[in-house]
Amino acid sequence: MNKNFQLVISGVGGQGILTVADILGTSAINEGINVVMSEVHGMSQRGGVVISEMKIGDFLSPLIADSSADAILSFEPVEAYRILNKARRNTFVVFNLKPTPPPGTLAGDSYPDPAVLLEYMKRAGVNAIGVPALELACKADNLRGENMVMLGALSAVPNFPVSSAALESLIAAKFPKAKKNNIAAFNEGRIFAESYVNNLQ
Amino acid sequence: MKPDALLAGVSDKKYFILGNEAIVRGALEGGLQLAATYPGTPSSEIGDILYALSEKTNVYFEFSNNEKVAMEIAASAAACGLRSMTFMKHVGMNVAADPFMTAVYIGTEGGFVIIAADDPSMHSSQNEQDSRYYARLSGIPMLEPSNSEEAYLMTKSAFELSERLKLPILLRTTTRVAHSRSAVKFGEIPLNDRKAEFIKNPSKWVAIPANAVRMHKELLEKREKALELSENSEFLKIFYASAGSQKGIISSGCAFNYVVDAARELKADVDIMKIGMTSPLPEKAIADFLKAHDEVLIAEELEPYIEEAVRVVAQKVGLNTVIHGKLDGYFSVLYEYNPDILISALSSWLGLKLEANKVFPEKVDLPPRPPVLCPGCSHRSVYYAVKKALRKVGMKDAVCLSDIGCYTLGIAPPLSAADYLLCMGSSVGTGCGMSKALGRKTVGFTGDSTFFHSSLSGLINARHNDHDFLLVVLDNHITAMTGHQPNPGNSGRLGCVRNAKSIDIKKAVEGLGIEFVKEVDAYDLDAMAAIFNEALLFKGVSVVIAKRPCALDYSRFHAKPGLFRVNREKCTGCGVCLKTYACPAFYKDGDKTAIDPSLCFGCGVCVSVCPVKSIEAVNIHE
Repeated sequence: MNKNFQLVISGVGGQGILTVADILGTSAINEGINVVMSEVHGMSQRGGVVISEMKIGDFLSPLIADSSADAILSFEPVEAYRILNKARRNTFVVFNLKPTPPPGTLAGDSYPDPAVLLEYMKRAGVNAIGVPALELACKADNLRGENMVMLGALSAVPNFPVSSAALESLIAAKFPKAKKNNIAAFNEGRIFAESYVNNLQ
Repeated sequence: MKPDALLAGVSDKKYFILGNEAIVRGALEGGLQLAATYPGTPSSEIGDILYALSEKTNVYFEFSNNEKVAMEIAASAAACGLRSMTFMKHVGMNVAADPFMTAVYIGTEGGFVIIAADDPSMHSSQNEQDSRYYARLSGIPMLEPSNSEEAYLMTKSAFELSERLKLPILLRTTTRVAHSRSAVKFGEIPLNDRKAEFIKNPSKWVAIPANAVRMHKELLEKREKALELSENSEFLKIFYASAGSQKGIISSGCAFNYVVDAARELKADVDIMKIGMTSPLPEKAIADFLKAHDEVLIAEELEPYIEEAVRVVAQKVGLNTVIHGKLDGYFSVLYEYNPDILISALSSWLGLKLEANKVFPEKVDLPPRPPVLCPGCSHRSVYYAVKKALRKVGMKDAVCLSDIGCYTLGIAPPLSAADYLLCMGSSVGTGCGMSKALGRKTVGFTGDSTFFHSSLSGLINARHNDHDFLLVVLDNHITAMTGHQPNPGNSGRLGCVRNAKSIDIKKAVEGLGIEFVKEVDAYDLDAMAAIFNEALLFKGVSVVIAKRPCALDYSRFHAKPGLFRVNREKCTGCGVCLKTYACPAFYKDGDKTAIDPSLCFGCGVCVSVCPVKSIEAVNIHE
């Protein structure tokens, strides 16, 4: 249970990254596991890249070395690809397939096809899981539940040290009104990723 | 963590909290009675929490109009015996440096804690100065936490330390301490009902030269006492390698965390000395550590502050221990540390190897994602209007002086409205200097909060010395970039500090005798066109105050004011809106522009930007 686990969470300001990171960290602490985590505040939050690095287990520093992440959870395909320097072989890269194109794409920057990014990730030797988060959130009758879907998908990653029970009980405590729909979204994500993980073995 | 939960947290339970939250809890447990600040990343959350709790504790808290004033508020309250605190980002220390340097001479009665939050790697700052030199410059004690737990413990004990030495204490954090989360075990919050009392004694409290010469001597005596405390500090720790090592590392702050993680990763057998009280540095302990090792590596972020002192100790004691650090190129003074820097330094120093496990994904041109002005941001419409007016009056090359705030993001094309920037409030002074040097009108942009912070004093000079300069005040009624704190222009918001009064920017400017002062709706492009044309042609100082609430802040409390869409029949696909206005709610749908309804704020400014009037309001009741 006390195995070390290094997780990078990335995405775009406003996607609820810090909420998910807080749920993960607090759940781990509630289960008696040590966590150190970094966040980004201030300027970059204005539509910029948001990254949170979380080290669960026997660590002191809040940042993750290159090629050391056990998992990358990304709320956006390009942001998942941008942070691959943290991945090593077989790192689980769990990312939302739905693009959020940056404003520069209006002025001519091109936005790559998420399916191509997924293919490139697999070719590079990481365990990439592209999650249709919006679709799954809709299935759970929770249009705004993409981040809960992503959290559920992450929880299915092998050796992930925080139990689903701990995560679910914290989600319930944090969102008393939307508890049912959030847990439904969490489970949709979990089931989706589990089927991928089971196919690996 | 919600401020209420931080206050209600029970003793002996562990909480997963930010460094800044830990500082607040530590301060409350340390008996804090008064605090003042001007918001600045990475220290802002401390003020946000104290502000949210200001009616729920007996701590007096205020957002002051700048760091100098905040320092003066806290220093004088501490002189009356109250446990006081001021906190600011590193560059705020520069603003507050004048009262700071004399507060140190005068000393304190009540515990007085000053927090300087450094930003190595400049995540949200214009420089990465190392504020630890303020401790060396002034001679006061300094504590350097490495994580939330130490931030909590050090803040709590800093008040005691301050009262023991009768000196202010500098607590220096960095972004990765302030904005990292880790577990902290809480204690009790005492009821601090100590009454303020000021005992008049000019020879003690008034730093005229005759007193200051004595005060400086007293400061040195206090420093001797502080040195003793530093040698025996609970925050001075040595972690010995299992087998004992001839090699040692001296470290402080967040750098220590990277050292430990790297050493574990490499299974390096090396002794590590961690210094928590880094002023005055424990010279005897350092000398002993040097004596016990053949080679010592100093790992600290930014400047070689500790390394210089360690080399001095070695020279004083006559040791020839080999010392590595920044001064011999082992590390760079640039940027924050990370695990990779420490792993690479330790592996080459100790001759250890780490198995590389890189992946090599296909190279893809990823679109960059810089921070941008929000949809509905009134800064965008003002910049757009000013740029248009400058072209109209034949001043399209006029130098635009920027200032510190969200509006600095106007640097990006297509607005390109930032040509020169120094610091908070500098738009006015630099605008005047450039106008004099170049012999033509310049345009400065400042925010409402920055106006009160330090643009106002520049404006007094602009008027007095009759500069040819236009100041545009981008008044969005809030201190937006640091997380929406109130400022003197909007003191009524959220019930703010008890009985706070709002100050009218227009009246303040008129009070200086400046003849051209106009207010304008920052969403009204036609009105702005007329006013900016006139202001640019005016000889002398002119001030235009463009007003609209921050769209992001507004949406937290209100429904969006409307919704707009592109009529595809009318849109010719000319792209003028994308090329000149670039609202993040725009996107390309085929060869025409479309507006993302989930992003559109409903300001409607784009209606006037479209040359063929293809943008129209959506009836949201449709």
